[in-house]
Amino acid sequence: MNTRTLLPTTLNPTLRRLAEQAITKAQATIPIPLQIKGAHLFLKAKQRALKQAPVRPPVETPLPPVEQLALTEIDVSNPFLFRQGLWQSYFKRLRDEAPVHYQPNSPFGPYWSVTRYDDILAVDKNHAVFSAEPFIVMGDPPEGLGVEMFIAMDPPRHDAQRKAVQDVVAPKNLQDMEALIRSRVRDVLDSLPEDQPFDWVPTVSIELTARMLATLLDFPYEQRHKLVYWSDLAAGSAEATGGTADTDETFIGVADMASHFTRLWHDKAARRAAGEKPGFDLISLMQGNDDTKDLVKRPMEFLGNLALLIVGGNDTTRNSMSAGVLALNRYPEEMAKLRADPGLIPNMVSEIIRWQTPLAYMRRMATCDTMLGGQFIRKGDKVMMWYASGNRDERKFANPDAFLIDRDNARQHMSFGYGVHRCMGNRLAELQLKILWEELLPRFSTIEVLGEPERVQSNLVRGYASMMVRVKRAK
Amino acid sequence: MATITFIQHDGTSRDIPLTEGTSLMQLARDNRVPGIDGDCGGACACGTCHVIIDREWLAAVGPRNAEEKQMLELTPDVQPGSRLACQIQTTGALDGLRVHLPEHQM
Ligand code: HEM
Ligand code: FES
Repeated sequence: MNTRTLLPTTLNPTLRRLAEQAITKAQATIPIPLQIKGAHLFLKAKQRALKQAPVRPPVETPLPPVEQLALTEIDVSNPFLFRQGLWQSYFKRLRDEAPVHYQPNSPFGPYWSVTRYDDILAVDKNHAVFSAEPFIVMGDPPEGLGVEMFIAMDPPRHDAQRKAVQDVVAPKNLQDMEALIRSRVRDVLDSLPEDQPFDWVPTVSIELTARMLATLLDFPYEQRHKLVYWSDLAAGSAEATGGTADTDETFIGVADMASHFTRLWHDKAARRAAGEKPGFDLISLMQGNDDTKDLVKRPMEFLGNLALLIVGGNDTTRNSMSAGVLALNRYPEEMAKLRADPGLIPNMVSEIIRWQTPLAYMRRMATCDTMLGGQFIRKGDKVMMWYASGNRDERKFANPDAFLIDRDNARQHMSFGYGVHRCMGNRLAELQLKILWEELLPRFSTIEVLGEPERVQSNLVRGYASMMVRVKRAK
Repeated sequence: MATITFIQHDGTSRDIPLTEGTSLMQLARDNRVPGIDGDCGGACACGTCHVIIDREWLAAVGPRNAEEKQMLELTPDVQPGSRLACQIQTTGALDGLRVHLPEHQM
């Protein structure tokens, strides 16, 4: 547990240290679900005592066109910017007129926006000056739910934890998984209804990513939809990203997730102790590594790392699966190119990920005073690296808003981030998308998007809640 | 003519004419050597230009820099001769260099 967030800020340092020690000790002995429930009760009691209102999801109102705003009024933290189709114009204005931009008044507190490709790359590389701690989302998660993930840790702690788990998605392991992924994709595609409208998002994108996650975690297959539910809760908090998940629901969900994973851990440990050969899933890998073999005793880290894989591998790939279909419908000439040369699939996969940018940003905190793009950033300032803007930077990509499956520098997109935190699951994501398109193309002669998809409410996740399509099988 | 030899994981190799004053990553990309992605364009920020240098050439190529070390830490299949090709500048002294490609880029 992030002890800092649990303790009153007025405690004197000695008391604070003692209290932190006590909490850490409790973490190692109290079962995780109880701890989460405890934090939930604590938060509610505190809200009652201080008469704080619990955070409620923001309410949507139409946003003005960016031309009507003064530079100082531009606030790109708004979770409706993507949904209302305004993000491109807002970010273009920032890139051109204020590439390192300060917004002192947002619902998520003051923050800097970095919007040009080269500046974002420079920040992402520089982990000494721009720390990923304590969180990589814009707002702070609900108090008491500050689980610890290595995506939000700096070296050397980050490196040790990442190394412990990265083999689960390393290219070598993926080779063995390819046949399995392909057979699951075929199952799902073969059962699609022909010539009648259906929602692509739950039927294809969510189903395929849920199957994949269940495999990576060796999670009971028939319960795989729980993984999706937890992931949506974790990424959807109103405090953190302006999403729709309610705090009470999130606590209940996280407690449930904690109890499932704790059981899975102990079950695997018992099987290993009984001499069973460990599998190549995430938990087995953690149990086999010195840095993480006792992770279950550090509950918030344990939960954080599992949540990280679930969230990291869920929304992002899911929304890229929907985005490809949408983009090829918006750009029929690209569909024609693809049909003429399916060899373009790998490059198209990169272009889909660039065009969509499933995660709009990562957040950093300045560890010292520094200059960036002519602006003076103070120690402790919050800095948002807007990958979604960097991927549309006309200084890097010609005709950046267009979807071009043979774009020569599509691979140089920044959707996976750069530096030590560069996406660990990038090859798995690419593989899943490649297989999906290899199987879609020969199977269906048309994949038609019907009407506008419904976009997710979030300032982080750029995704689709629903997208109606109709398919015709190739004869 | 000065050349650098790139050896694929399956053992096939190709000699590439050495152009001075560029990076080994750029040289490979300009000559369409497969197996080097170079996604960050040479900023030492993606780790997808991983190569393994023959032991007898390590001294001539020079040591890893600090940023590069950090990225290589996280690269699967890292070996004693591992380098990021974008961090190696091509000079005439590298005539005859042998560069092995890993099975996969991260
Ligand atoms: C198209 C799909 C995906 C996108 C766009 C994406 C995007 C990202 C981004 C932006 C980061 C942070 C980079 C930074 O801070 O510089 C990241 C990190 C990460 N991603 Fe992904 N991701 C995708 C798929 C996946 C998958 C499939 C998995 C796992 C199964 C995964 C697991 C992770 C993990 C564990 C990290 C943390 C790495 C670290 O901090 O060292 N991601 N991803
Ligand atoms: S090209 Fe990205 S690290 Fe070398």
